[in-house]
Amino acid sequence: MNNLLVADSVSKNFGNFTALNNVSISVPKGSIFGLLGPNGAGKTTLIRIINQITMPDTGQVMLDGEPLMPEHIQNIGYLPEERGLYKSMKVGEQALYLAQLKGLTKQEAKKRLKYWFEKLDIGDWWNKKIQELSKGQAQKIQFIVTVLHQPKLLIFDEPFSGFDPINANLIKDEILQLRDEGATVIFSTHRMESVEELCDHIALIHKSNKVLDGKLTDIKRQYKTNTFEVGLQTDTVESVTNAIKEKFEVMPATFKNLNDDVKLNVKLKAQENSNDLLKFLTSKAEVHHFVEVIPSANDIFIQTVKNN
Amino acid sequence: MNHLPLIIKREYLTKVKNKSFIVMTFVSPLIMVALIAVVAYLSQLNNDKDRHISILDETGVLSEVFVDKEHTKYTILTDTNLETAKELIKSNEDFGLLYIEKSENPEEVISSVRFYSDESPSLSIISSLERKIEKKLEDAKLQKNGVDIEKIEASKTNVTIAQETFTGEKTSKIDSVLKLAFGGAAGYLLFMFIIIYGNMIMRSVIEEKTSRIIEIIISSVKPVQLMLGKIIGTSLAGITQFAIWVVLGGVLMLVLSMIFGVDMAQMQTPQQEMMNQAMQNPDVANEMQLAWQSFLNLPLVNLVIAFMFFFIGGYLLYSSLYAAVGAAVDNETDTQQFMLPIIMPLVLAVYVGIFTVIEDPHGTVSTVFSFIPFTSPVVMLMRIPFGVPIWQQILSFAILAFTFIFTVWFAAKIYRVGILMYGKKPSYKELYKWIKY
Repeated sequence: MNNLLVADSVSKNFGNFTALNNVSISVPKGSIFGLLGPNGAGKTTLIRIINQITMPDTGQVMLDGEPLMPEHIQNIGYLPEERGLYKSMKVGEQALYLAQLKGLTKQEAKKRLKYWFEKLDIGDWWNKKIQELSKGQAQKIQFIVTVLHQPKLLIFDEPFSGFDPINANLIKDEILQLRDEGATVIFSTHRMESVEELCDHIALIHKSNKVLDGKLTDIKRQYKTNTFEVGLQTDTVESVTNAIKEKFEVMPATFKNLNDDVKLNVKLKAQENSNDLLKFLTSKAEVHHFVEVIPSANDIFIQTVKNN
Repeated sequence: MNHLPLIIKREYLTKVKNKSFIVMTFVSPLIMVALIAVVAYLSQLNNDKDRHISILDETGVLSEVFVDKEHTKYTILTDTNLETAKELIKSNEDFGLLYIEKSENPEEVISSVRFYSDESPSLSIISSLERKIEKKLEDAKLQKNGVDIEKIEASKTNVTIAQETFTGEKTSKIDSVLKLAFGGAAGYLLFMFIIIYGNMIMRSVIEEKTSRIIEIIISSVKPVQLMLGKIIGTSLAGITQFAIWVVLGGVLMLVLSMIFGVDMAQMQTPQQEMMNQAMQNPDVANEMQLAWQSFLNLPLVNLVIAFMFFFIGGYLLYSSLYAAVGAAVDNETDTQQFMLPIIMPLVLAVYVGIFTVIEDPHGTVSTVFSFIPFTSPVVMLMRIPFGVPIWQQILSFAILAFTFIFTVWFAAKIYRVGILMYGKKPSYKELYKWIKY
């Protein structure tokens, strides 16, 4: 059993509106799974179904090989995008309450809270009310409450929104550490640079349908166009450029460099490989820059959404 | 996993620890008692004012009926005419002038009576004057027709019908009043309780929505559990508040009556005078005993048990609706359109209770309304002191319980969908759609 969570042909309608149409995803154990999609694509509905907040019309969700049951909420930690805390309740009381709702005993919750409060350096907030904290401070509490019961599956919806770069980094490191300790993470965000940084697998939902999923490296391989970015130094710019243009498909390139005279994107045909290109280039000029163009998560996102 | 006790505990503690709740709990009885004291004081002040009324009676026969009372002094004017009398009253700043014109025809005398005053007199002053003149003129007419007034006085009789049921229980008019008081108090208490604490539940649901904690909570507990926990926790806080009010109010009233009690006895307002006389009257002492007797005759055990059942049933029925309304909207100002259908049956129940149960506690209207689930808690509680067959009570409660289960289911549906809906205020049509999600 390599997948912690499997959603099998899940559909959900709200009246005449289809929020999810036959969506299946598999989240491997110990991975960070990016759940991506434009606004209103159906991500939140899928996450709510996994959390048993809403029930799917058809299809089913398996957690660790078992169909979802009410007891499973203890194994899931969920940080929703729309989040908040009871404003007039004290931090400590509130964290204890939420932890107990997840099935922890009071003593155990207290012990773990103490550990986390020290770890995130917020020990003296215990008796403060939420309304006295800043947004980022409240977010820290929410993060702690989400992970406190050591769930197998963690679901973060835009976990970094509201954090300054330092705290965002802190939370990112915590997420990575939780993954290393064995937790599986579903991560939903619009910030593609954090997808790039964190996710092993992604799934892209667009207009209620899943349009893409798999290992991020596989998807990149699939989306790469065999294009290389080259920077050459030569005295005869025009003749070198023309020589390359004759032999290969060429597009202008824009990258920053010190003193390259020729900057090009060169697309190779299927039968050609990078060594062929490199040999040709070295025979013409001095190669300063040679790198394969790998599509970013951002490119893949935009391209997929536009094509569908 | 049953989180209900945990949720109830949190809801209860949050309510009870809330500053405005604490202030309300301890300040309300003070305000109430202070209000009662002020009203009592003001009404005494009003009675204290002396009024001087002058009488210009040209016929000369009516003057003798105007006898000075404690706060009303009469002055009989003679040897003057209307205009000078008016001037005199004005300059003396007296309250008013009653003018009776002389005429040969008694009918003309009646229609000629006028009251002149600076400010228009109260209804009670005018009717008191009218009564006095009427009595005198009636007597005069009777005498003129050769009727002996004393014989009429002597033949006046007062009948009090002693009431007794077939089973031999003695009842009296006091009995009915007492029953009405008990029923009314029970029904009204429920009404107040629903409005105050129903609103509190609604606000608490809205608070969870606006603070956006709701999604975190319902990823741990079922929405129905959260809703029930909220209702029960808030109710317990309400009962706590009510108990404190009763105790505190009682103590304050006691203290107040001890401070002012002495004064009040010295005041000797007309009502108190009557009361004092009544107390010395053996008949009334008897009445008091009868009242005590009728209190004991009330179906007390039935009353207490039925009160508990119908109070809880009725309260849960309405509070689940309040919770649903809270879930359907984003802020309190949007609740208005959904509040009306909740308040209407409740107000209807109180009015039906007050107007028809007094008239005929077992009539068609009150019987029917004591079965309709949305009005039954209030109306049935008002009817029970008059003796309602047990089967009717059980049937009515069964209907109530059934409806309660249905409304909780219905409210839970709306609640489940509504708590995650933000933005525009839903219409009834949309609410209907939510039930099917």
